[in-house]
Amino acid sequence: MSAHLRTSSSTSRVPSKTVEIHIRRRANPDAPQTWERFEIPYRPNLNIISCLMEIQQNPVTKEGTRTTPPVWQMNCLEQVCGICTMVINGRARQSCSALVDNLEQPITLEPMSKFPNVRDLVVDRSQMFDHLRRVHAWVELDGTHDLGPGPRMDQEDVQERYAYSRCMTCGCCLEACPQYEDDNYIGPQAIAQVRLFNMHPTGKMNRDERLEGIMEDDGITNCGNAQNCVKACPMNIPLTKAIYEENRETVIYGLFGWLKR
Amino acid sequence: MATNGIKIAIVGGGLAGLAAAMKIAEAGHAVDLFSIVPVKRSHSVCAQGGINGAVNTKGEGDSTWEHFDDTVYGGDFLANQPPAKAMCEMAPSIIYLFDRMGVPFSRTAEGLLDFRRFGGTKHHRTAFAGASTGQQLLYALDEQVRRHEAAGKVKKYEHWEVLSLILDDHQVCRGLTAMNLQTLEIKAFPADAVIMATGGPGLIYGKSTNSMVCTGSAVSACYQQGAKYANGEFIQVHPTSIPGEDKLRLMSESARGEGGRVWVPRQKGEQRAPSAIPEKERWYFLEEKYPAYGNLVPRDIATREIFQVCLDGMGVSGENQVFLDVTHIPADVLDRKLGAILEIYEMFVGDDPHHVPMRIFPGVHYSMGGLWVDFNQRTNISGLLAAGECDYSIHGANRLGANSLVSCVYGGFIAAPAAIEWATNVPHNGSDGARVYESELQRQEEINAALIKQSGTENQYVLHQEMGKWMTDNVTVVRYNEKLKATDQKLLELIDRYQHISINDSNLWATMALPHARHLKNMLDLARVITLGALNRNESRGAHYKPDFPERDDENWLKTTIAEYSGEGPVFSYEPVDVSLIPPRKRDYSKGKKT
Ligand SMILES: Cc1cc2nc3c(=O)[nH]c(=O)nc-3n(C[C@H](O)[C@H](O)[C@H](O)COP(=O)(O)OP(=O)(O)OC[C@H]3O[C@@H](n4cnc5c(N)ncnc54)[C@H](O)[C@@H]3O)c2cc1C
Ligand code: SF4
Ligand code: SF4
Ligand code: FES
Repeated sequence: MSAHLRTSSSTSRVPSKTVEIHIRRRANPDAPQTWERFEIPYRPNLNIISCLMEIQQNPVTKEGTRTTPPVWQMNCLEQVCGICTMVINGRARQSCSALVDNLEQPITLEPMSKFPNVRDLVVDRSQMFDHLRRVHAWVELDGTHDLGPGPRMDQEDVQERYAYSRCMTCGCCLEACPQYEDDNYIGPQAIAQVRLFNMHPTGKMNRDERLEGIMEDDGITNCGNAQNCVKACPMNIPLTKAIYEENRETVIYGLFGWLKR
Repeated sequence: MATNGIKIAIVGGGLAGLAAAMKIAEAGHAVDLFSIVPVKRSHSVCAQGGINGAVNTKGEGDSTWEHFDDTVYGGDFLANQPPAKAMCEMAPSIIYLFDRMGVPFSRTAEGLLDFRRFGGTKHHRTAFAGASTGQQLLYALDEQVRRHEAAGKVKKYEHWEVLSLILDDHQVCRGLTAMNLQTLEIKAFPADAVIMATGGPGLIYGKSTNSMVCTGSAVSACYQQGAKYANGEFIQVHPTSIPGEDKLRLMSESARGEGGRVWVPRQKGEQRAPSAIPEKERWYFLEEKYPAYGNLVPRDIATREIFQVCLDGMGVSGENQVFLDVTHIPADVLDRKLGAILEIYEMFVGDDPHHVPMRIFPGVHYSMGGLWVDFNQRTNISGLLAAGECDYSIHGANRLGANSLVSCVYGGFIAAPAAIEWATNVPHNGSDGARVYESELQRQEEINAALIKQSGTENQYVLHQEMGKWMTDNVTVVRYNEKLKATDQKLLELIDRYQHISINDSNLWATMALPHARHLKNMLDLARVITLGALNRNESRGAHYKPDFPERDDENWLKTTIAEYSGEGPVFSYEPVDVSLIPPRKRDYSKGKKT
């Protein structure tokens, strides 16, 4: 099984009768951040979302003060949409797949720090989608009319592409990357998508546009090779391999690209 | 961008909504695309198993006709046949199109698309990308729509929730109202046509396999404004889900498609570990009862059998669970073909399905019912179309596995030109135009204001849980008229108590509470449509099963249920089913299918 599954179960601990959760709150983007403590009854197999749902239904702090319900985002609840990402015990991950049984208590929940904080645990990650637009993360189709099947492909190549194609735009890699701050760097997520499309037989035909998208001042050369991103990625995407390959492609393009013009 | 001056609003950015957006933008028209969540995070990402299309790469004599026959037979002949046939004919080209967009579909040794088997068919007809096909297909459409967005043809309104339609004095749809989910600001958006693509209503059942935005709320709003809702009582309960505190996670049918076997110990109260139970002491009840299809009988049948086994006290450890076993399949095959879904199981349950049989139980999964549409995806409201899980066409009384993704894309591809045609020809709404927008906007603002002001002792989340429990207990696998009546009474009680909720968040900025309260009201109205539709239909067909009326009754019930809103509750009428292509025959999966 994949590496991240093994690590998540290695910190298992004796369950207590209650679960204590500390949440870093913010009423709106202009308000200060504050901490609130909550306590809920323990049940086996609880995930963080179930805890939040329980607090939401009856938002009273551990001290007994009535408060506003914490706000977060969720959709698929099976770690495939990426929306519920937050910082749990200091590490960015999906709250739907974070099981209480595997977490040290008190559990701390914070919004990701690299994106504008909307309210409580919600952040605005639209910059990640903007990056996808900038790097032309798509295959240029002639049209959607019926032109028969696509190019034949080797299963091994397909599997390599599949690994990149599982990126759910969650932002864990950007949260972990020491170079990424205030949207100053295009980041590993977008670079991996460049890799995904530059590997495709049709996608390749527009390789240069994508390379230009990652060769600006905030481009690929900002990577300090700290490798935090690849460890943080819940989908086990080979981000440093993508960065290595795309670095090579941009260097070659930088040297010889002008010949094509 | 030159857009010929028409604008089409699409509500929802799952497979259906994005498919329509791509086609409309490609034709050069402007699209406003609304979605509660960023479209790339839509529920379609959850689909695991695959997408059907009769490409016959395995030389099994498969054909689009065979696919069509499986679809209407699996749907127990309640589907109108012409659109089902058209979908099956389009299916191979849809799969090829995704292939051209770069979806990493699994391949054969020759580098061709690989296909797997799914329930309700004897052919390898399901294309798949690892075990996250829905995610891969959605991303491909998301990418194409982003390309059109970059070219200025599509404008996205993400984190906006559509609340209602804007109808003029002639009941013609002229746009919609939507609420910004951060500021709660409501705006009116004019459009020449509106396509609903908002997915299923699973949250009506509290816990289901659906994502959290699948409330059916927007569709219920359309229904309350006069759109017909068809076949609401047909709710698919998936045979294999993983029970959880917050949701029922799906174990895809592909686990059985790749050879997974369902069993329970023959001995009631068996204590041994599953691996210690010898083969002959295991009861493979699906294989025994349905030798022709075995573990791959259609969903409604597998669900009822599993349900019954547990009801008879034969469930594993006496509980509501049976084994789904893939431990006999080589690890490399499992990793390649089922990796992602087995990871989900291990992630949420803690056991490794490579070595330990999974424990599963049926869970609410899909709505065959939805907005009534004609064969061009047009609802009964002029200018309003629908596509995807939120419309009722194609699947009849039961949907076959891997037929939904293809029906979503098909629906989007048909809705797009139909919307363009309407939008191009509709007379513009002249001088009273501004008034209809303003009055609908005002109506929506008043609903919000009233909810914010009202104070009472009821808790909105508790009401939601009660609705979910009643619906799950009484309006799923086995249905009794007495219990359906009691459920409707309960829903009326909840609608009454709804008047006494107080929004449980005093901070309205980006609040979850107000949108939830609005969903809740809409879900309650739709729950009545489902429940009363089931009460009325005294027969058993597909997913709708009444032990007191165990047979299919074509003479009286080969017809589509249609619900229309009135202040006193849904008003029902019935419409004949178009069975012009394949005469209805009895469904019997204990034998091979005869066509
Ligand atoms: C776990 C699981 C696995 C499945 N596996 C398969 C499979 O293998 N094969 C198969 O064929 N089918 C499968 N299905 C079924 C299939 O996934 C769905 O039927 C299909 O994805 C529905 O797509 P859609 O485009 O209709 O809607 P969705 O993908 O549900 O999208 C709905 C969209 O509407 C938006 N929306 C909703 N309400 C509003 C509103 N009020 N305002 C604005 N926007 C709104 C949402 O934000 C979202 O963008 C599976 C389903 C589940 C639950
Ligand atoms: S390897 Fe590069 S992208 Fe990854 S964390 Fe380090 S600096 Fe960031
Ligand atoms: S690369 Fe991994 S961590 Fe980064 S956004 Fe994608 S899935 Fe998340
Ligand atoms: S809710 Fe989708 S990843 Fe957690």
